[in-house]
Order: sequence, then structure tokens, then C-alpha cells
Amino acid sequence: MSSLISQAPILAIIIPLIGAPICALLRGKTFPWMFTTILSALSFWLSFDLLLLTNDVGRISYEIGGWAAPWGIEYVVDPLSAFVLLIISGISTGVLLYARDSINSEIPAARLGLFFAAYLLSLAGMMGITVTGDAFNIFVFLEITSLSSYVLISMGEKTDRRALTAAFQYLILGTIGATFILIGVGLLYAMTGTLNIADIADKFASVEDTRPIRAAVGFLIVGIAIKLAMFPFHSWLPNAYAYAPTIITAFFAGTATKVSVYLLIRFIFTIFGWDFSFGEMPLTAMLMPFAVLAFLSMSMVAIFQTNLKRLLAFSSVAQLGYMTLGIALATESGLSAGILHMFNHAIVKTGLFLSVGAMFYVTRSTELKDLAGIGQRMPLTTFAFVLGGLALIGVPLTPGFISKWYLIQAVLERGDMIGYGLVITLLASSLFAVIYVWRVVEVAYFKPAPEGAPTGEAPYTLLVPVWIFIIGMFYFGVETHLSVGFAKSAAAFLMGGGS
Amino acid sequence: MHSFFDHYNYWIFVILFVIGLYTVMSRTNLIKKMIGLSLFQISVFLFYITLGKIEGGTAPILIDDPNAVYSNPLPHVLILTAIVVGVATTALGLALVVRIKEAYGTIDEEDILQQEDAR
Repeated sequence: MSSLISQAPILAIIIPLIGAPICALLRGKTFPWMFTTILSALSFWLSFDLLLLTNDVGRISYEIGGWAAPWGIEYVVDPLSAFVLLIISGISTGVLLYARDSINSEIPAARLGLFFAAYLLSLAGMMGITVTGDAFNIFVFLEITSLSSYVLISMGEKTDRRALTAAFQYLILGTIGATFILIGVGLLYAMTGTLNIADIADKFASVEDTRPIRAAVGFLIVGIAIKLAMFPFHSWLPNAYAYAPTIITAFFAGTATKVSVYLLIRFIFTIFGWDFSFGEMPLTAMLMPFAVLAFLSMSMVAIFQTNLKRLLAFSSVAQLGYMTLGIALATESGLSAGILHMFNHAIVKTGLFLSVGAMFYVTRSTELKDLAGIGQRMPLTTFAFVLGGLALIGVPLTPGFISKWYLIQAVLERGDMIGYGLVITLLASSLFAVIYVWRVVEVAYFKPAPEGAPTGEAPYTLLVPVWIFIIGMFYFGVETHLSVGFAKSAAAFLMGGGS
Repeated sequence: MHSFFDHYNYWIFVILFVIGLYTVMSRTNLIKKMIGLSLFQISVFLFYITLGKIEGGTAPILIDDPNAVYSNPLPHVLILTAIVVGVATTALGLALVVRIKEAYGTIDEEDILQQEDAR
């Protein structure tokens, strides 16, 4: 047992990675799905063990192939990465429980093996980004995730051909972002002579006042911002989320952008260090306006969407603004609010996209006009959606309230006019959320269903996972001890200069 | 003071980089966009390769000369990985263009947008 745990950091990644080519060979409607679900659950179990372990011992280092750290590739699991690992593998497993019927209705059976192979690759890539302690490895895993996600998004073409152009647009922007990160890593290597993250962090202070380092910071921040869909680089996200197959949208909404938030935190706090990021470089002044613009403008844009998936996608960009704001505050409470919101939003948004997926399964459309009266036609699904919507607004008892509560506390800690201004923008953005959730409620409950519209609940294989997410959401909205505790210990670990 | 040409290898990288990025942004033809994207990625390969070169350095194979200066092989190894990624991206991008051509009958971005607006 203990020997298995000592290999857990690599096993959590290698299991889905090796599973992918095997999965590509599987045929039939059930086998690829079952195989993928089992592997994802295994990774989930390993990451859970890792989280408990890091809670006791702090930082775990794993040397790949037994090569010592600065020369060999090192995998590092610390409180933050263990937390993010748990989010990714947990969301992935939850989505997969839902996937079988949903994906069978959207993708030809002959392609399922390949589809789930790409799914496993993208899971492995995201987990890899989170645990690797090597800067170049981050780029490699990032591209594994990105390439498979372009494929997965384009698989929505059977339902809507716009999935193809959405995937192409994402490919262009994603590649530019990843290449920017590659340049940044190259410049860091040129100045420090090492690729190991802890080692770069050690040597960073001696070279931080040079022009290549400043260029590296610029390239890295912009590159990550593109992958994060930070306002104004978000243009790929709404299309990609709107036209991808249901389970892919739900999976990516909960994980892909969260991994980028993780990268941003990792680079700003571990590699550059607080003193450089917020002292030498005015990162607060650079990130904060975009964060505020993101949640104000994108919440407003969401109000005017006619497609439910697009509406939720724009709301995702807005919520990413909250996380960026937490990071930009440059305080421990701000950072823990950002990390906490990462977790809370992952559960909420995945639950919401899954419930929309259940509506799509029955009505074959996510346009608001086709969903009129859906509240009477599919009461359980719609009720789940409304509860999720409450969490987007930040109603008490939902996790949305918890993260906003901590975020507002962190903002008020500043104690200046900017702090009070930020509280007002946060409240305004919540108000916009009320409006866009209300628009859906209005259509769902107060408009008559069109003649001959398909009626009836989605099958239980879809409903049960949706409700698992919604009930889990309420669990974490009431019993905040776990999520807040892990977020706080991760933030304290990062601010403590631990690397 | 350094003259402009002291670091000409880096200037080549920057010029190719900007040409690639400009092509991606300014062209509406999807194939031309892919060409720009490849150029953009290749410029970064050059950047890594030139990073590892040391003036007067020889190939990094151990020889019997105690004063030998070796070039740094690590960036060259790294960039092999990035080249593979670049090839995969180009292949995937072109595959998508083929499917877009089948679905829309055109590979021009503006025509595609017009078709979608007309629906």
C-alpha cells in the first residue's frame, strides 16, 4: 500500500495516458465508456489519497526515473496542486457517469473509441500540468490537452457544423497562447539555466532585474491569459463551449480554464515570487482592470444570449474574472478566495451544463425559444438548473455565496476607495447574474410550450449525475469546512514562500 | 555598445515571429492562416536552437581536448518535442480545414461568417 502511494503522483497521470491508445482500440457503445470511467475513477482515488497526504506532510516530490531533481524531471504535489488534481479528476469522473447516453446520441458509435481516447489524453494532460515541477513539461502537457480538446470540440459537428469553425478558432488562439508560454519558458531557461520550477524560483532573484526576464514574464502572463480565456482574450471560449458535445462542455467548463488559473497562480507566486510580481511588476494594476471588466461586461453580454449554452459560457468568462480578481489582490485572503471559487465554480458550472445537456437530450436544442415551458415538460431537470443558477448569483446556502463572501472580505481588507469600488462592481455583477438567470426561469416556467414539443424527463442515467452535482454543490455551500480549509492551506502555503 | 548585428540570430527569430503572427491575424483564408501559424511556431524553434549555440562551441560530444567548449545540447533536445507538437498542430488544423470545406464549401472565413449570418 505504502509503495503504491509513493508512486501515486506518476500513476495518476500515467493511467489515463497509457489508457488512451488502448481505448482507441475498443469497439462498441459501452466498452470505451466503461474503460474511461474506471480509469478516471482510479485517478480520482489516487488524487484523493494525495490530497490527504499533502495535508499531513506538505510537499511531495517524485523524481521520474530516479534522476535527481534539477537535472531529472521532478513531479511536485503540494497543497495547491493536490487540490486542483482532485477537482479535475473528480469533475471528470462525475461527467463520465453521465456520459453514456448523452454521447451515444451525439456521436456515431464507430467513433466512440477514438473519442474517449482523446478524452483520456486531455485528462492526462490537465493532470500532468498540475503535478509537473518542470517548466518545459508544462508546455508539453499543455499541448497534449489542447490538441485533444480541439478534436473533442470539433466532434460536436454532427449536431451543429459550427463546432468545426469553433474548434479551428480555438486551435489558432490556443496555439498562439501555448507558443507564447514556450517563448517565456525559453527566456527563463536562458537566464537561469534550469527548467526545474523550484530551481528557477531559487535563481530568479539574482536575474530578476534584466530585460529578458521582464519579456519572459510578459510572454508567460499573456500566453496563460489566452488559455485562461481572460478578458479580452476570451473570444474562443463561447463558441467552443456552445458547439462542443454536452459532456465535453461540462468537462472543460469545470477543468480546462481552472488548470490555466492554476498555472497563473503557480507562475506568479511560486516562480516569480510575490515581491517580484507585485513589487517590481505592477501585476495588480495590470490584472485587476481586466478582471473587473470581465465580470461586468461578460455578465452583461450573457443577458442578451439566445442560446443557453452560450449564456453559460459567457457567465463562465465572468466567473473567471472573480478568480483573477482574487489573484490580483495579492493578499492571502484574496488568493484563498480565488482558489475557493475555482473549486465552487467547477462544481456549479459542471452541474449546470449537465442539466442543459439533459434538456438537449430530450429537445435536441439549446436555443431559449425551443426551451419554452421546459419547467413543466422536464420539472426535475429544470429545477436542478434553477438551483445551479442560484449558485451563480451567489444566494446563501450555495457555494457561490461562500466564494463571494470571502472575495468581498478580501476586497474590503484593502480598506481604500478602490476596495469599496470593487465591492460595488461585485454586487452589480451579481445583479446581472440575477437578470440572466431570471431570463431562463421566465422562459422555462412562464412561457407556454410550443405545439408538439417533446415532453418527458430525461432518463435516470442523466438525471442522477446532474443531481449528484447539485446536491454536492449544496453540501459544499453549507459544510464549508473542507473546501475553505483546503483553499486556505493552499494559499498559506503559496504565500509562505514555500516552493 | 552592441551593434544591431551582434544578435542577428535573435533578429531573425523576431522578424519571422512577427511575420507569422501578422499572417495569422490578417488573412481570411484558413490555409494561409495555418501557414502563418506554422511560421510563427518555427520561429520559436529557431529561437531555442540559437539559444543553445555557444560561440566557438563544438558539437556536444565528449572529445579529448581539455579546453574544448561545447554547445548546450538541452535546448536542441527540447525543441525536438516542440517540433513534434508543431507537426501535430498543423496536421490537426489542416484536417479541420478539410472538414470545414466539406461542410461549408469554402475555406474563406468571411464566406463562412456570411453563411452563418444568412441562416
